[in-house]
Amino acid sequence: MHRTGELYGHFETLEQQKESATLGMWIFLVTEVLFFGGLFMTYTINRRAFSTAFGIGSNTLDITLGAGNTVVLIMSSLTMAMAVWSAQVGKKKWVSGFLIATLALGTVFLGVKAVEYKQKYDHHLIPGHGFDMRYRSAHPTAGDDLKELAREKKEVETAIKSDPDINYHGQLYFSLYFGMTGLHALHMIVGAGLLLWLIKGSFAGRYTPQYNTPVEIVGLYWHFVDIVWIYLFPLLYLIDRHH
Amino acid sequence: MSDTLPTPDQKLPDDHYLNATYGSGRSIRSWLLTTDHKRIALLYLCTVTVFFFIGGVFATMIRIHLLTPGGTLVTPETYNKLFTMHGVAMIFFFLIPSIPAVLGNFLIPMMIGAKDLAFPKINLLSWYIYVIGGCFVLYSFGTGGLDTGWTFYTPLSSVYSNSAVTPAVIGIFINGFSSILTGLNFIVTIHTMRAPGMTWFRLPLFVWAHYATSMVMILGTPVVAITLLLAGLERMFHLGFFNPALGGDPILFQHLFWFYSHPAVYIMVLPAMGVVSEIIPTFARKPIFGYSFIAGSSIAIAVIGFLVWAHHMFVTGQSTYAALTFSFLSYLVAIPSAVKVFNWTSTLYKGSISWDPPMIYALGFIGLFVIGGLTGLFLACLGLDIHVHDTYFVVAHFHYIMVGGAVMGYVGGLHFWWPKITGRLYPEALARAAAVVLFIGFNLTFFPQFILGYLGMPRRYHTYPPEFQVLNVLSSAGASILALGYLLPMIYFAWSMRYGKVAGPNPWPATGLEWKTASPPPTENFEVTPEVTWEPYDYNNRPDLGLSAGTPSPAPAHGDD
Repeated sequence: MHRTGELYGHFETLEQQKESATLGMWIFLVTEVLFFGGLFMTYTINRRAFSTAFGIGSNTLDITLGAGNTVVLIMSSLTMAMAVWSAQVGKKKWVSGFLIATLALGTVFLGVKAVEYKQKYDHHLIPGHGFDMRYRSAHPTAGDDLKELAREKKEVETAIKSDPDINYHGQLYFSLYFGMTGLHALHMIVGAGLLLWLIKGSFAGRYTPQYNTPVEIVGLYWHFVDIVWIYLFPLLYLIDRHH
Repeated sequence: MSDTLPTPDQKLPDDHYLNATYGSGRSIRSWLLTTDHKRIALLYLCTVTVFFFIGGVFATMIRIHLLTPGGTLVTPETYNKLFTMHGVAMIFFFLIPSIPAVLGNFLIPMMIGAKDLAFPKINLLSWYIYVIGGCFVLYSFGTGGLDTGWTFYTPLSSVYSNSAVTPAVIGIFINGFSSILTGLNFIVTIHTMRAPGMTWFRLPLFVWAHYATSMVMILGTPVVAITLLLAGLERMFHLGFFNPALGGDPILFQHLFWFYSHPAVYIMVLPAMGVVSEIIPTFARKPIFGYSFIAGSSIAIAVIGFLVWAHHMFVTGQSTYAALTFSFLSYLVAIPSAVKVFNWTSTLYKGSISWDPPMIYALGFIGLFVIGGLTGLFLACLGLDIHVHDTYFVVAHFHYIMVGGAVMGYVGGLHFWWPKITGRLYPEALARAAAVVLFIGFNLTFFPQFILGYLGMPRRYHTYPPEFQVLNVLSSAGASILALGYLLPMIYFAWSMRYGKVAGPNPWPATGLEWKTASPPPTENFEVTPEVTWEPYDYNNRPDLGLSAGTPSPAPAHGDD
């Protein structure tokens, strides 16, 4: 379909084009809710059935990194919203700046996730062959808090008494951990790609008060990815954390 | 047929979407990189027909194998693969896309007076996603096949099956996004691209039907996507969501799977009902009875359809209260469907009926859908379902709706809009005969299966007790007649593209906006954006089409005058 300026030929007006793009993105986000929803449903049912294993699994996650990442992502939503606002008031240089800041914060988030995944790998907590919830407390490394590890060991042993299949059920927790955060990370990578495309356009001065729909709808997508994390963080990181 | 006026001669337009040159002349490239919704519809027509053939080949092998109780055509393991691959090919790659992606894509922009869908490039992407998903599934078929049933119940599919489950699951997962993007495109288009004067209650019922279908597509498909992804991951990485040996729950898979797969059957039937709602008023020469009720019932079916999924799971040990709830809701969902049937038959009453091929398909739909729908109520009845669950009764029920309903709607729709799509008419006498052959073949194939199921023949079994042979032979004989009923239109449709009588803009004539433009239409659909000032299906008062109360209405055009 040919394009004159920013108007595609099959639309009658820019207004109709903007309305279509925005409605399209909202509907796409509805499909994403249903998509993640299946995972949340699976999580709910499994957590209800295996709450002990889920508690232990959750306690192996680094709450500092998780909370830090949450703050990073919320900040990136702020910079994204500022990018949209900048386009609407015509501050073109600020558009590029805020988009780059959003991308940077998103990259920090992904970097921290990579660190966390590596930690899980080192502690034998990747589901599959070699998974063992007792491994970490039995194999301390330099820099580990030994009191912390002893407490963890005790926790796991108490759990095994009430749930002898803790390694199976723990694997369910970690499958969901990797599945849900992995799917989320995949969506963030797509978001990063969209941001790169927007940054390119913003350098060309494409986004003005008259035409800024792409920034707005990528903003909607980015906020959605943020909201998914707001749910993931407490559900995965904050189970049984009352000590 | 012989007592009507001969069809006047028409001329093809000089420039239309089929011979449009995009700069450098006609080329494969201009088709494979098109964003014209009409060309994309034809791309889909080709690919869904390919999968229809593939599914049909498997069905043929099943029916031949079942001619004898011993079943000597294939081994039991291969038999499992035949019915699985038949189901996967037909449901995911033929039935679900068929009417929306072929007729919906072609007609919705024209019916609302727009130049294209809201997102033409996403429309093309939908087709490519479908093709890529299809390639994965064909790879699965070609490298050992699939033997889990199209329902992929775990842990057979996720742990124990030795067939090519993983590529198939990946293919269906990918194909789901084709469905989602098509639904998204339709909803936005219907909201934002309507021509001036085309208010919601002037929309053709075909459009209402597709709006409801799109609601189901966007809400349901993501759930089956994540479910199949989980099952695939379980198979690849030995996770345990659905595997009891690792603490998982196979019933969880069934709930997640059927949450989509029940609404999926409404994705298959709602568009066909939309087609019937277009054909009946045209060949009864009367406004449709109860327009707003038919429109509303489409939405009601879509909504209630999401609330009935566990009627596929009555024998899994669910609580009595859950079973009661799902049974009650399943009865409830029949009500809007019945509303449609009553409205269609009321439209026929005191109408001026002409027995053109599309009309035969539409009337066939009504009869067969009633049988299929009523037997659905038998199945929704808890006590009765215990007796007929997993028997041929269920198989007959869903084939009555999916083949007797949805496929007849699809073929009837192709017959109705073929003149618009190609600018040509097909031979009417032959088309009528083919419709009757199809109807007879269909009933001969599937009615005996109701009896077989009630007598206790289980489904998905490669053998049966000898006393069931007569009914099985009847069914297989019927299948051969049914196959002829499908082949004939393929032959005369292809013939008509070169030798068919030229149709002109409005051969029937019908009142929709799509009939006010040339056949085949120009690429931009309308020379000038139309402005709508009339109510839909107003066969009594459309002087611009030669239809007004008091004057005799023109006879439908015939391709063999």
